Amino acid sequence: MCVPAMLLLAVFHYLPALGNVIAFQDYNPFAGDSPLDAFLSSEWIGFGNFQYLFESPSFWEAVRNTLAITAFQLVFYFPVPILLAILLNGIMSPRLRSFVQSVVYLPHFFSWVLVVSLFQMMLGGAGLIAQTARDHGMTAPDFMTDPDTFYFLITSQAIWKDAGWGMIVFLAALVAIDPSLYEASAADGAGRMRRFWHITLPGLRPVIVLLLILRLGDALNVGFEQFYLQREAVGRDAAEVLDTYVYYQGIGVQQWGVGAAAGLFKALVGLLLILGANKIAHRLGEQGIYSKS
Amino acid sequence: MTTLEALRPKRPGGRPAWEEKPTLIGRFGKGVVITVVVLAVLIPLWVVVVTSLSSTDTINAAGGYVFLPREVNPSAYVVIFSGGQVTDAVLVSTIVTLIGTALSLTVTVLAAYGLSRAGTLFHRPILFYFLLTFLIYPGMIPSYLVVTGLGLKDNLLALVVPAAVSAFNLVVLRAFFMGIPQELFDSARIDGAGEFRILVRIVLPLSKAVTAVVGLFYAVGYWNTFFNAVLYIDRNDLQPVQRVLQQFILAGQSPTNATSGVVLPGIGYSAPPNLAIKMAVVVVTLIPALIVYPFVQRHFTKGVIVGAVKG
Repeated sequence: MCVPAMLLLAVFHYLPALGNVIAFQDYNPFAGDSPLDAFLSSEWIGFGNFQYLFESPSFWEAVRNTLAITAFQLVFYFPVPILLAILLNGIMSPRLRSFVQSVVYLPHFFSWVLVVSLFQMMLGGAGLIAQTARDHGMTAPDFMTDPDTFYFLITSQAIWKDAGWGMIVFLAALVAIDPSLYEASAADGAGRMRRFWHITLPGLRPVIVLLLILRLGDALNVGFEQFYLQREAVGRDAAEVLDTYVYYQGIGVQQWGVGAAAGLFKALVGLLLILGANKIAHRLGEQGIYSKS
Repeated sequence: MTTLEALRPKRPGGRPAWEEKPTLIGRFGKGVVITVVVLAVLIPLWVVVVTSLSSTDTINAAGGYVFLPREVNPSAYVVIFSGGQVTDAVLVSTIVTLIGTALSLTVTVLAAYGLSRAGTLFHRPILFYFLLTFLIYPGMIPSYLVVTGLGLKDNLLALVVPAAVSAFNLVVLRAFFMGIPQELFDSARIDGAGEFRILVRIVLPLSKAVTAVVGLFYAVGYWNTFFNAVLYIDRNDLQPVQRVLQQFILAGQSPTNATSGVVLPGIGYSAPPNLAIKMAVVVVTLIPALIVYPFVQRHFTKGVIVGAVKG
């Protein structure tokens, strides 16, 4: 019963994963009649592609942008779902609560094209806010093309799209906290803030650590479409991340080997990061993604 | 419409006796924040829908986007659905979504069921084979070479098969299947049912909710497919709606050129302005999610938590 799914993964997941060896080739798609033929006839050049990458300033620019965006989102995006969950958990009316939940989950199901389009319509130079500002005789800045505020722009897009969805797992953790803990501590005289500090936050801690690990493991993985879509508008300096670099190097200017090398570099560093972060979590006495065996 | 209610201990009479009365400022602040959050999601959608249904006069009077509706004028929708690039794109996306979801659900349910019964042949290595996809990324360049090497360039299958199996959805389904009591399987087998009959007659009816959620996840993925189209689809008549949306809104292409040759025979509306047509395209891309969403929304939490806890 597993065979169809395994075949699909073999062809479209594992075969390309193995195909990453062209990172060590001067891959030339015209060297043979088929990609396999071309692969067999292309020249092996060892770490030549990596050497090219590591000497190329634009590659390091992409790495720098990627890491800066991850750091920025860790500070400004990561706490939002937690705060949202705590806020929503405090709503007493079940009907209001499920209404708010339905609304904030919705944008998660929109594509990045749609999200960026909506932002363009609201914040862009011809957008609703600029239009309202003009009506009142003011000039509004065009947030969609300003490289200086690009980090704020992409972070607010990410929050708009996914903070509501990210809240689910925290809500579940909050519901799992035993209410008698609150009752007992209230009986012992703990106020609102103390209960929050000593019961709510420790109750959320395992989930927070788990998601932090996952985020760290994904540090080089800031997403592709969001940046591809806005790279033209804000310029390469601000919006080039590793994924877009791979695309423009590999498929854009047809340096297949260099693109594959950049992709492989990203995958390997990501793997190391996630294993390392998990190790740190174990040291801290948390469960992490997989348990120590 | 309850979501977390099943998991939440009942609080008769709302606030428990030991909890202090909320302060006026606290309640007010909470209300303001929640209102802002809800409006931040709803206002853009509202403006888009209203503008797409507005006539040239209304749009001109508003100086662009329309906030307060004055009339319902479907001419923009008539234009985009009377042939041309948008009509093609909607057809393409619908086909890709239907075929893709059917394929994905079939192979995922089969695999999840096969893996849900401990003791099957090679149970552990096969599970590992699926889970390893979480750690190993295929890489964009080799994927591109594989897909084009298979001759799938400008073929709608390129939007379907590379994304057909998601290990995450498989894990969610498997976890749910494993929760079904063993006795049901035993009794069905005694009655002479084979594996496929058990799957179709017993397992699937019991797991309608999770299967619906997983189906929605797949369907949304296919409907939103964008980047694979950038990579693999060059022909204009095979572009999915997300690509068309990008061309109209973000690349600033004029939709009336793309729907060229369209006349509005006797519909009694004057030709709609570009902005209304653009907004109509936006609405078209988001409508399927809005239609399906209410039906599966209440199953989200269950499905997601099963996946997160038992994965």
